[in-house]
Amino acid sequence: MTLDQSNKKVSLWQPNRPKSKLIELIIKIIFGSFAFVSIATTMGIVLTLIFNTVDFFKEVSFLHYLTDTKWTPLFSSANFGIFVLISATVLSSVIAIVVALPLGLLSAICLSEYATERTRKILKPILEILAGVPTVVYGYFALLFLTPLLRLPMPEWVQNIIPAWDQFIPGLQGFNSLSAGIVLGIMIMPLVASLSEDAIYAVPQSLRDGAYALGATKREVIISVVLPAALSGIVSSLILAISRAIGETMIVALAAGQNPRLGLNPFVPVMTMTAFIVQVSLGDTPAGSIAYKTIYAVGMTLFLITLVLNIFSFWFVRRFREKYD
Amino acid sequence: MVTHKTTEQASLTDTEKPVLRAKRVDVYYGNNLAVREVSLDIFQHKVIAFIGPSGCGKSTILRCFNRMNDLVPSAKVKGEITFKGKDIYAPKVDPVELRSQIGMVFQKPNPFPKSIYENIAFGARINGYKGDMDQLIEESLKKAALWDEVKDKLKQSGLALSGGQQQRLCIARAIAVAPEVILMDEPCSALDPISTLKIEELIQELKLQYTIIIVTHNMQQASRVSDYTAFYNAEATDDGDKIGYLVEYDDTETIFQSPQQQATQEYVSGRFG
Repeated sequence: MTLDQSNKKVSLWQPNRPKSKLIELIIKIIFGSFAFVSIATTMGIVLTLIFNTVDFFKEVSFLHYLTDTKWTPLFSSANFGIFVLISATVLSSVIAIVVALPLGLLSAICLSEYATERTRKILKPILEILAGVPTVVYGYFALLFLTPLLRLPMPEWVQNIIPAWDQFIPGLQGFNSLSAGIVLGIMIMPLVASLSEDAIYAVPQSLRDGAYALGATKREVIISVVLPAALSGIVSSLILAISRAIGETMIVALAAGQNPRLGLNPFVPVMTMTAFIVQVSLGDTPAGSIAYKTIYAVGMTLFLITLVLNIFSFWFVRRFREKYD
Repeated sequence: MVTHKTTEQASLTDTEKPVLRAKRVDVYYGNNLAVREVSLDIFQHKVIAFIGPSGCGKSTILRCFNRMNDLVPSAKVKGEITFKGKDIYAPKVDPVELRSQIGMVFQKPNPFPKSIYENIAFGARINGYKGDMDQLIEESLKKAALWDEVKDKLKQSGLALSGGQQQRLCIARAIAVAPEVILMDEPCSALDPISTLKIEELIQELKLQYTIIIVTHNMQQASRVSDYTAFYNAEATDDGDKIGYLVEYDDTETIFQSPQQQATQEYVSGRFG
């Protein structure tokens, strides 16, 4: 205000400083409150989880929760052995990663190192579309296509030689974590591929040039220079994919079954943490009952597992990321 | 063109055969001619400086000598480049093998995100080195005048070194695979004056064993380190592209004291570029 503006024609130049300051303030408040809503929602969810979980542990001992080998919260003789559900979740997620890691990483390498720029521009969005397929579609794909395929009876001459080999995968039941895990792997594969590809593509060309100039072949450049340099990005994509697999619900609820069972047999029906939450949420469990509180405890467990994974990923990226300027 | 005359003069004064010889080399990017008709001979155990304004194709020509241009999909090289008498663009020549004989140091230091030790061991390993690795690494680092600074921290990341040290690590890495020629593409442009001086001193040492071609923007550097200097210039075409060409190639003293060409005279005296 103290600036000398006398040389400007007063009638043409009339800035309203107080008004623009007020507008700036209002804008700031509006943006701030929207940001607050999302934070508050998250806080609310976490607090709800915590309170109900605390309620749950007032009735069930924590030791019991961790050590029991049965999961029967809806029975009159209730047992709450969370590892029954965790084993199923771990089993299906491990199968998923076994499928997704090689598929995803190799397609990422192919896209970023071997494909031409044009091919890459066409193929990468197509790959990402795979990530947009609704998971319920993957679920019945596993249940109605993959499982029947894996249970196809073997031809007679095979059975004559090996009598026990009656179907393609002997002992595979209608609901099983193998199909669910494989399809889960197909679901998270685009995530691994796309994020790993970003990490690999971001490795500076100068590093590749440096290796080529020493007489390295393309394979040597990729394995010894590019992949180690992209390691932190690849690992974080993998962990994000694992988090997705652990939290995924529809595929495992549809294809893996509803039978709480401790163990790592991929051929039999099991019940994952998410599948249990679906079962109780859809049923007529009265609010406030112990079975009702169970889903919060399970939800909390799920939340903690993914939180730990994310923290690990965050730490890993910070620890191993190379900075190139 | 005077180019050919000067090249012949250069080959007359030197009795030995050139290590590298470019004959009427054209380089295209896509359909655009980037550098035209470059012919020059590079002699053993000499330092050859490539100077000229930006976009005159000096780096492009440098990258033809170890076929780094192969990595640019649209690049195409015409004409003939021979290394010890053999055409390096002949179909049966493996660029991977060629690059282990003609090493390269880049504009920006580009050590691998590995330990100092592994940075050097990598090249030796992929080229099938069967000798004592520790000894090779010590020798290479000593030749690159870096050993005393890093001998106690060979396990540390190469990225933790200073810019000048990183560049000497890259030189050590190139030396370790026992090349005959080392191509240097503005190796000091990202370095401070003291690091630059160290690299220049190093070049003087290295030329006893290697042939060195150095691209530089710094004319003082060219006059300090090189035995021969090639001056490139660029001309603009009607559609705005630049085509680089070799103006003059002679021993460094001639280029800087009594160049034959007007353009060279103007460039080395700082009137343009």
